[in-house]
Amino acid sequence: MTSAQLIAACLVVPAAGAAGIALAGSWPNLRESVTLGTAALLLACVLGLLPTVLAGGVPQLFVLEMLPGIALGFRVEPLGMLFALVASGLWIVNSVYSIGYMRGNDEGHQTRFYVCFALALAATMGIALSANLLTLFVFYEMLTLVTWPLVTHHGDNEARKGGRVYLGVLLGTSIGLLLPAVIATWAIAGTLEFTPGGVLGSASSATLGLLLALYMFGIGKAALMPMHRWLPAAMVAPTPVSALLHAVAVVKAGVFAVVKVIVYVFGTGALAATTASDWLPTVAGFTVIAASVVALRSDNLKRRLAYSTVSQLSYVVLAVAILAPLSVIGATLHIAAHAVGKITLFFAAGAIYTAAHKTEVSQLDGIGRRMPWTMGAFAVGVLSMIGLPPAAGFVSKWYMLAGALQAEHWVAVGVIAASTLLNAAYFVPIVYRAFFRAPQGKAHGEAPPAMVLALLASAGATLALFFFPHVPLALARALPGG
Amino acid sequence: MIAEHLPALQVVVPLAAAPLIVLLRQPGVAWALAVAASVFAFGASLVLAAEVARVGVISYAMGNWPPPWGIEYRVDALSAFMLVLVSAIGALVAPYALRSVAAELPREQHYLFYAVFCLCLAGLLGMTITGDAFNVFVFMEIASLSMYVLIALGRDRRALLASYQYLLLGTIGATFYVIGVGLLYLVTGTLNIADMAERLAQVGGTRPVLAALAFITVGLSLKLALFPLHLWLPNAYAYAPSAATALLAATATKVSVYVLLRFYFTVFGAGLVVRTLPVPEILIGLSIAAIVTASLVALWQADFKRLLAYSSVAQVGYITLGIGLASADGLTAAVVHLFNHGITKGALFMLVGGIALRAGGVNFARLQGLGRAMPVTCLGVTLAGLSLIGVPGTAGFISKWYLVLGALEAGHWWLAGLVVLTSLIAVAYVWRFVEAAYLSAPAPGAARIAEAPLPMLAVSWVLVAACIWFGFDTSFTVEGARRAAALMLGGAP
Amino acid sequence: MEAFASHYSYFVTVLLMAAGLYIMIARGNLVKKLIGLSIFQTSVYLLYIAPGKLIGGTAPIVSQAYQVYSNPLPHVLILTAIVVGIATLALGLAIVVRIREAYGSIEEDEIIAADVGHGDRE
Repeated sequence: MTSAQLIAACLVVPAAGAAGIALAGSWPNLRESVTLGTAALLLACVLGLLPTVLAGGVPQLFVLEMLPGIALGFRVEPLGMLFALVASGLWIVNSVYSIGYMRGNDEGHQTRFYVCFALALAATMGIALSANLLTLFVFYEMLTLVTWPLVTHHGDNEARKGGRVYLGVLLGTSIGLLLPAVIATWAIAGTLEFTPGGVLGSASSATLGLLLALYMFGIGKAALMPMHRWLPAAMVAPTPVSALLHAVAVVKAGVFAVVKVIVYVFGTGALAATTASDWLPTVAGFTVIAASVVALRSDNLKRRLAYSTVSQLSYVVLAVAILAPLSVIGATLHIAAHAVGKITLFFAAGAIYTAAHKTEVSQLDGIGRRMPWTMGAFAVGVLSMIGLPPAAGFVSKWYMLAGALQAEHWVAVGVIAASTLLNAAYFVPIVYRAFFRAPQGKAHGEAPPAMVLALLASAGATLALFFFPHVPLALARALPGG
Repeated sequence: MIAEHLPALQVVVPLAAAPLIVLLRQPGVAWALAVAASVFAFGASLVLAAEVARVGVISYAMGNWPPPWGIEYRVDALSAFMLVLVSAIGALVAPYALRSVAAELPREQHYLFYAVFCLCLAGLLGMTITGDAFNVFVFMEIASLSMYVLIALGRDRRALLASYQYLLLGTIGATFYVIGVGLLYLVTGTLNIADMAERLAQVGGTRPVLAALAFITVGLSLKLALFPLHLWLPNAYAYAPSAATALLAATATKVSVYVLLRFYFTVFGAGLVVRTLPVPEILIGLSIAAIVTASLVALWQADFKRLLAYSSVAQVGYITLGIGLASADGLTAAVVHLFNHGITKGALFMLVGGIALRAGGVNFARLQGLGRAMPVTCLGVTLAGLSLIGVPGTAGFISKWYLVLGALEAGHWWLAGLVVLTSLIAVAYVWRFVEAAYLSAPAPGAARIAEAPLPMLAVSWVLVAACIWFGFDTSFTVEGARRAAALMLGGAP
Repeated sequence: MEAFASHYSYFVTVLLMAAGLYIMIARGNLVKKLIGLSIFQTSVYLLYIAPGKLIGGTAPIVSQAYQVYSNPLPHVLILTAIVVGIATLALGLAIVVRIREAYGSIEEDEIIAADVGHGDRE
């Protein structure tokens, strides 16, 4: 297959998979086989693109001209490659997990669930591989819309409320801020193509600052405060949704877009030459710290994980906003590192819920003795979140810190140091509780094997990324400005 | 031979179908004739559009009387575009009507519906294709009178009152238009639009010309439901039979907008309308009022059909906003939105007609949990609703894109902000439907509701698919609109 | 005064127009509203026809004997407009008949009151 065909396959496979899942809706085993088969096929397609990209190639696919001069087109560059790899790789793991979770909890509307999931992956691929802002925007909105049925899966009042916040914030920011930013970019630059070095060279510093603000707050999925409210609201969804979408696909689409906009629309060099982005590290740093504090005070496990995600996402924004080459590499690596770590934590939370029906941190006394595998994986995830070896988070944090020091950005250094302490403060007690307190309540074992298998796989990936970070690192280094 | 007379046949075929239907009376035959006439009109419009893209302007002398004495039919980029929209909607509503009309009207009225439907279509097409200002009035009245009848055919007795109110206001509007045309005739001594434009360029902005402009603006604003002259619209749309609403909402106001564009940019010329008079400021002000108030009012409607009707008032505001910007991008936005909103609202009203048929009404109480009973219909409403909002990947997005671009290029940052903010109100009212259909427990008895009849569903989904298609492939809509905009601005002296 | 004398047809037109519009707004009776509408439309007929009249002009006969003739076009146009007006009036009256059958009244306020009573029956 040519690389253009592979790109097309990356989009068509999950979409066709969604149709297949819908058709197989009446036969659960067949339906789940279709999901797994689609996920495997998608990963194969993405992997098929990898050698070309690692060799420095830039595969492209032009579909049609949406507006005069603006194509619906796709181009695989290193950052998008990495994002596509993470999302499609974790989809397989997550599908295994979903099957265990959805069956273990007797959830309803399972066909709709898997269909929307596959569509969400199609949208994610569209975002990852997009060649210009308009294509990215189209798939960005599509991702919001197809994940809404997943967030409101339970269909009760709480889900409805969560769904409203979810949609309100995400559509509000993207239509209200991001769309004007995109159109203004078109009006100023006359192109929306992602170009190494940026396209906004001629604009004044004030215009750049305003545009940057529109982009940063308009990309609501990156959950920069005060646009973070949708993420805790989305936690009403079943845990597999929180795991893949609200720890990986959706939120990473946000920070991915942020990195992409800063690197390919503004250009790190061009931005560093002005004062337009000076406010951004401060806002991101504030989000890191504030979200950590909220996480510290949350007793609900998923809520704590959600705020931890808000905080970790802002690491990426912070790192890229420093504009130093090493920190851009750190930001890119963190997209992958946080993904595998956080999905492990969510998998564990879902496993605990399925096996023990516990949702609060204060109920977890001694659970590590009953669910040793689950909590062991959880501990690996925690190491990654804090940024300790031998977990993936260490590598990305190392580069971020190195970048901050290289740029002599002391605020960022302080924020990273302080937040590491805060991360430890809200995660370590959970692990302590789980293993060193006496168990309470009636006895239970591990969650269904499919779930345990999935969470062990993701924990393994978290460790593997520490020991073998070559591919992500190679991709990150290939980034312009990285 | 036939091809040569296509501009005339475009109007004459549906016009002749009407009396034929009345003579034949048999409901099935009447329907078949209406479908044949509207499909023919659609085919003719496509051929004409292709021809216009090739040669530029087609001029046809009606009855072989050369213009400016005889009546000229004139097809250019703008009118070809409108002809395609109107006849496409007609060709889709006609097949849709079979099951819908059968369910909503007593059998003895069926042939009347189809006869009036053909008349209405002929009137709308005539308004679009004719190059004679007075002829526009005649076709306008043919279309309007048949619309009054279509609305009065509604089952609810309030349809009668809605029709009566529309008749009063519509006639006032048409009469105002005639007064304006009369004044122009006094000044120029011609009724041919192209001729009038040439002679007006020499006269300039004298007082009778300005008075004519004012009368025509007010008259057409009534017809196109520009805020605050929109009061006839919500009731008319809400109580008319479903098939009639689909036709009206998708075409009637749009054709009036077309006539307004014609007069502003072809007859008076951008030089007079835009640069010496405060028309853009007034239009922008009224459009904003329309968008904001009608969107908010829509939000509080208890009936989904009424909600959509108020949304139409708001959407007309977006169109007139584009006209008010009076730039290439603004006019492109206006013309593109004419088309995109036409197909979006057509799809929505058709699907809503299916719901009304099965659920007995489209009050929000009846929509509870309908996503389970009518999944295909509800998915269609949701997708078309996304186009109404202007979500990327749908036709509505393209309109919003040009509108915001036009506002930014005119330096109106606040206007661009307003357009996107009001889109969010649209999110709220579309999501009222989505939440009712998917997140509410079904009302008792809703389990017996079946999916809408297949022919209705199929036709509606053609439009839903068009809403998506024209969100990606914009070569027809945007190219057509850009050519039309260039024509309008280039026509300025 | 001279302006009035030479343009009095316009003043009559405006008077009729205003009277028609006033009736439509001020009267609650649906038939009277239609009468107002007709008066309003009639004023336009006058607006078109009056300027076509030339003092001493004849019918437009193509002959050397007649140099001054009235413009025939407005007459033709207004003939069409009259037809349209009659059609509108007929349709309006027909709707009023149907309204009376449905509501038992042709007074606007009574009809609206009747609907408010039934407003929730959907």
